Formats: sequence, C-alpha cells, structure tokens
Amino acid sequence: MTSDHGTRFDPGTFTPDAGAGRPLRMLAAQSGVEMRLALRNGEQVLLTLLIPVVLLVGLTLLGIVPLPEPRVATVAPGVLALAVMSTAFTGQAIALGFDRRYGVIRRLAATALPRWLLVAGRLVAMLGVVVVQMVILVAIAVALGWRPAAAGIGWAVLLVLLGVAAFGSLGILVGGTLRADVTLAVANLVWFVLLLAGGIVIPVGQLPGAIGAVAQYLPSGALAEGLRTALATGTGPGLTPVLVLVGWTVVAGGIAVRAVRLR
Amino acid sequence: MLALLGPNGAGKTTTVEICEGFLDADAGEIRVLGTDPAGAPEALRARIGVMPQGGGAYPGVHAGEMLRLVAACAAHPLDPAWLLTVLGLDSAARTPYKRLSGGQQQRLALACAVVGRPELVFLDEPTAGMDPQGRRLVWELIEALRRDGVAVLLTTHLMEEAEALADDVVIVDHGKVVAHGSPMALTSGGQQRELRFRAKPGMDLDGLAASLPADYRAAETKSGRYLVQGRIDPSVLSTITAWCAQQGALADDVQVARRSLEDVFLELTGKELRQ
Repeated sequence: MTSDHGTRFDPGTFTPDAGAGRPLRMLAAQSGVEMRLALRNGEQVLLTLLIPVVLLVGLTLLGIVPLPEPRVATVAPGVLALAVMSTAFTGQAIALGFDRRYGVIRRLAATALPRWLLVAGRLVAMLGVVVVQMVILVAIAVALGWRPAAAGIGWAVLLVLLGVAAFGSLGILVGGTLRADVTLAVANLVWFVLLLAGGIVIPVGQLPGAIGAVAQYLPSGALAEGLRTALATGTGPGLTPVLVLVGWTVVAGGIAVRAVRLR
Repeated sequence: MLALLGPNGAGKTTTVEICEGFLDADAGEIRVLGTDPAGAPEALRARIGVMPQGGGAYPGVHAGEMLRLVAACAAHPLDPAWLLTVLGLDSAARTPYKRLSGGQQQRLALACAVVGRPELVFLDEPTAGMDPQGRRLVWELIEALRRDGVAVLLTTHLMEEAEALADDVVIVDHGKVVAHGSPMALTSGGQQRELRFRAKPGMDLDGLAASLPADYRAAETKSGRYLVQGRIDPSVLSTITAWCAQQGALADDVQVARRSLEDVFLELTGKELRQ
C-alpha cells in the first residue's frame, strides 16, 4: 500500500515471536491494574473507605445505637467486617458486572492468561484493597481509643481472609451472572440490608430475636461477631463463624464456577 | 491474509469465536495452527492475537495500562509505549477507556491484538466506526503484519477493505461459505459490466434502449446520473455518446466499471436488508 508514512512500521517489526508471559508477572500486572482501578474509582472509594470511616467515627462518638463502653471495641470490628464486605462483595460484584459489559473478561481470556489467574488476579487485587482499608481503619480506631487484644490479631487476620473468600465468592457469583445494572442494584441493596440487619452496625446479640438468629449465619454476622470475640478477648472466635464463612465460600464458589459467564 | 465477508448475521463473528475457542462448533472439524481450538487451550492462546468486536477493556482503565497488561501476558511483547504512539493514542493515554472515542477504542483493541507478536491475528471488523485516517492507519498496520509473516483473519463489511488487503476472500451467508477465492478471481468472473456517466437530467431513455441490444439496461439512477448495464465495448460507448449528442448533451465523468467485490457480494447474498 502506498503511504506517506512508509517508515511507520519497519520491516520485521511484527515478525512472530509468540509465547505466554511468566505467571507471576501476569498476576502482578492484572491485580495491580484492578487494585489501582478500585482505589481511583470515586464510587468504590466512597463504599470501601469513606462510609466505613464515617461509621467508625460516628458510631464511636455519637450514641445513636446503644452499645457497651468502650463503644469503639464493638464498633471497630463491625466496621472492619463492613470494609471486607464492601470491597469483596459489593465492590467486586459491581466491578465484575461492568468489566463483563465492557468485554474485558473476554479480552483477558483471549490472551495467554491462564483461567486460574483470571480469578486469582481479582482475589489478589481484593486482598490488596482490603490491606489498605485495614491499615487506615485500624489506625483511626486506635486513635479513637481502641485497644484490641493482641492475642486475637492472628484470629482476626484469619477471619478477614475467610471473609474475603466468602464475600468474594458471592461478589463474583452476582457480578459474573447478572447484568451490570441489575448487579449494581442487587449488590447495593444487599450491602445496605446486611449493614443494618446483618450484624455489622448492631451486634447480633442486640438484633431482634428472629433477625439475630438468622444474622449469625450470614457472612456479615459471622465475620463481625468473630472479629468482636477475637479482638475483645484474644481467644478464638469459636467454630461457628469459621464454619459459616467456609460454608458460604464453598456454596457460592461452587455455583460460581459453573454459572459465571465471561460476558 | 484472509478476509471473511458476509452480511450481518451471516456467521462471521461466530466463525471467528469458534476459531478462538470461545464457542464450540456444532459440527465439523476446526484446526487453528494445527490445534483444535475448543476450550481455548493456553498453548494456542499464546500464539494468537485477538481483536474482539467492540474492543474490551476495564471501563476506567487508561489505554496505556490496558496495553501493558495485555503485553505482560506475552513472552516477548512489542514495546507498548511505541505501539501507543504509532497508533495515535498518546493523547488518550490518561483517559478512562469508557471516555475514548469509538475509533480510539478500536485502535487500542488492535494494539492489544498485536502486542504479543502472535503468529495469527483475528481481527473482527477492525475499522468499524473509524474515520478515514484511522482506517488508513489500520490498513497500513495490517499490510505490515502480512509483510512480516503474520497470518491475519479479518472480518469486514467493507468490500474496499477486503479488496485492498486480502489475498483470499471467503464470502459467508447463513453460516455457509457461498464463495471463496482471491479478490481478482471473484471479480473477474461473470459477464456483467457497467458504464456510468453524468449528463443533463431527464433525458429520454427509451431512445437509448432502442438503439442498444435487447439485454442491455439503462436507467437514470439519480437526477442527471445514468447507468448502463451490459457488456461495454467501443460500439456501445459510441452509441451512448451519439444518443447524448442527439439530445444536445455532453456525457461527462464517464466511467466503465469492472465488477466490484461489492457486486459479487450483493449477487451472492441478495440485496434485502439484514437485521
């Protein structure tokens, strides 16, 4: 073809030299991009950081909800659970819903990226965001006078990881199967209901009878109560929260493996 | 360099997606680079580059981030920064994908398809929604791919594109191959020729029809634009100019057209509008 830009593509520029990249580099590239996207998207930051910070400070300083003193000891674990739910469930579902609509999952599935990395990249990005949240929220909580039991921190880390797995599986299930706009509505609605009635703001023990009974088997109630027990007493959270979180992970993950569509 | 042509709904994208391993074929045997693409095995995906229809990127991602991510999936990628520059995406490097123009999104998708230095590239309507400059650039890139030994499978609605670029053309309709050959072979078949010219509007065509052989057709396609269909030879041409002279008109802008790929396409796939 004749052209004024005959030198734009030198001969040999595109000579094939195909091959798959190194898995760790692919993982780092994908999760890096997804984490940056989550942290610079205004709506995501509102959900994952601003609302948790406002609730942490507000519920600690204002007596809207009757809580035992020191209030921060009840509020902080709930807000940490909220942060996990916001990122791994609502944030992940919405992001995945829109990523599918914009064809990015298809785009990545057409590269040499292995399928397991497609999921692992999202999980690592989620964990990265959760680490940022935990650092900021714990720092604020400590400034508000929170003194968690040091012996419970290991349990808390385990619970947060299990919480990311459970909420992340649910988020991928919702975002990977429903249309983007439906996902947006469902993910926000569930977030709001679990926030108020799922054991996050109001401890499971203070919820009205039937709701409280259900809430302890929800991932939100299990994570928040597990964190409250571990960080208040420094002892293990008991078997129930662990089993509840593992159970939700297995069920949601099992369905997601079959039901999630690339677009 | 193979172009897959067909009307909307003919099965072009379906064919490409089966070759990419995203869809399973209902019947038949598919081989891509000697491998069955079903299930899109990683070893095959590493050797091909794909430009899906409608692109594909995170809604908020910057063009550079997306291209670097796709490059990271390949062993010996091209330099993403260079590719962005030659594809005119530097000014869009910090713009979220969803705010890019259609042409910019297409160019980014093309960059993603070639950045991994694949052996085979699938381009599904690569110039859809592009301005003429963008289309030129894409054609130039496809030409360079071919020169450097990359196999290209292109789907397009643009006959001009297929004629200019393709070594081979396959025309599909209703999921079946209806013609296959080089653009030259496809357009040289058939007897139909045509002549177009301009003259004053409203000339009496019956007189012209009477002086031409019976199987010729003459029509005024638009005001002052005339089309004569039939085998155009010197005597037919002189008949036409003589007829114009009788009417006191000069035949201007006379063009004898070889059958185009578009004519072949319309002959084979019909002229009714597809959904």
